[in-house]
Amino acid sequence: MAEEEVKLFGTWASPFSRRIEVALKLKGVQYEYIEENLTNKSPALLNYNPVHKQIPVLVHNGKPVAESFVIMEYVDETWKHNPILPTDPYEKAMARFWAKYIDDKLWPAAKKVVMTKGEEQKGVIDEIQQQMKNLEGELKEKKFFGGESLGFLDIAANIIIWLVVAQEALGMDPILNEEKLPVLHGWLQRLLDDAVFKECVPPKQRHLDFSKVKFGSSIASK
Amino acid sequence: MGEEVKLFRSWSSPFALRIVWALEIKGIEYEAVFEDLSNKSPLLLQYNPVHKKVPILVHNGRPIAESFVILEYIDETWKQVPLLPKDPYERAMARFWAKFCEDKVLTSIWSAFIKQGKEQEEALVAAAENLKFLEKEMKGKKFFGGERIGYVDLVLGWLANLVSIFEEIIGLKIVDEEKFPLLYSWMQDFAEAPIIRDNWPPRDKMIVKFQALLDAAIASSSSSSSSSK
Repeated sequence: MAEEEVKLFGTWASPFSRRIEVALKLKGVQYEYIEENLTNKSPALLNYNPVHKQIPVLVHNGKPVAESFVIMEYVDETWKHNPILPTDPYEKAMARFWAKYIDDKLWPAAKKVVMTKGEEQKGVIDEIQQQMKNLEGELKEKKFFGGESLGFLDIAANIIIWLVVAQEALGMDPILNEEKLPVLHGWLQRLLDDAVFKECVPPKQRHLDFSKVKFGSSIASK
Repeated sequence: MGEEVKLFRSWSSPFALRIVWALEIKGIEYEAVFEDLSNKSPLLLQYNPVHKKVPILVHNGRPIAESFVILEYIDETWKQVPLLPKDPYERAMARFWAKFCEDKVLTSIWSAFIKQGKEQEEALVAAAENLKFLEKEMKGKKFFGGERIGYVDLVLGWLANLVSIFEEIIGLKIVDEEKFPLLYSWMQDFAEAPIIRDNWPPRDKMIVKFQALLDAAIASSSSSSSSSK
């Protein structure tokens, strides 16, 4: 291919820009990473994503794409080797369905659980447990949601790590424990062991410290 | 081919209507199963246990839920009359705008309809800001899909019918023809397009339904100062 220019605007602590890093690395795409300061957004970011003014934004040969799932599908369609989405339309639909479920249901619940306490928190914990059980139903006995190797849904499910770290930072009992959710727990260990994926999570201690600061003064912290 | 296509829908769901349009635009034979959402069938609950909602497409016995997911599945399975563009960048733009229509436009216009007082004022301001982006995106095209109806048109299509119903009920303008001339004429063109125009739910029934929803919302917001979800 001719001179390719790929830029990714993200932040080190955002699961959404980390998703794009995984996708690009799985495909061996060379890219320039630009770390944004969200309290002082660059003119470039505001120019490339005027609608949402958010990261991640992928800029390919000067043309910007925003919204993490939209970017992931664009990456998969542009660099066709090592596909992230299944080829079968029905399997593709299942991956998209569960990815949407993760962003629409699991992520809001995860944000809520670290900001609530008492009965309300307990309700959210039960909700998340059920959501994770539903995800286990989709994973079944596979190594990853994508099968033998990481796929779209595994990448989308990276937000689970952010929940795990936040709970650990606050000294909460982890919702994702081996006893109650053995299938998903096993999947997470495999995900964190994966050579490509593990390069695309925030460094653990830094992430814990960040979460402590972010949620430490919230209702949920002890 | 021995193809079996069923669509679980309701008479009024704008989300299910997207799928009706997609199937009919592509000339796909299907069986419509009308659900009473106050009394969901065992089959609906079996096919969509996670959300228990319509639309659900069942193709040769295999169910798919969530209208965006269904639309992409239909486009990939039946390749005639494509809904999404071919070029990956154009596809990304279509998906971006579809998500914007759902997350921002739909949400703000719904709030402008269902809320009162200050919340309604704020929702109307947000809706206008969002509509400005769409007006700009139209860029003089007839439809968001270009010369013919595409994915984004189907996603936003509810606007062409529901907005005038909302405006009639609350007595306020949401899509002002002067402020949004391109969007306004898109609404007319889309509403009257072949297939689209044949599938709108009965207007009088819709007015009754949404008036009732608004009455219930007003009643519950005035009877309690803090609501629990």
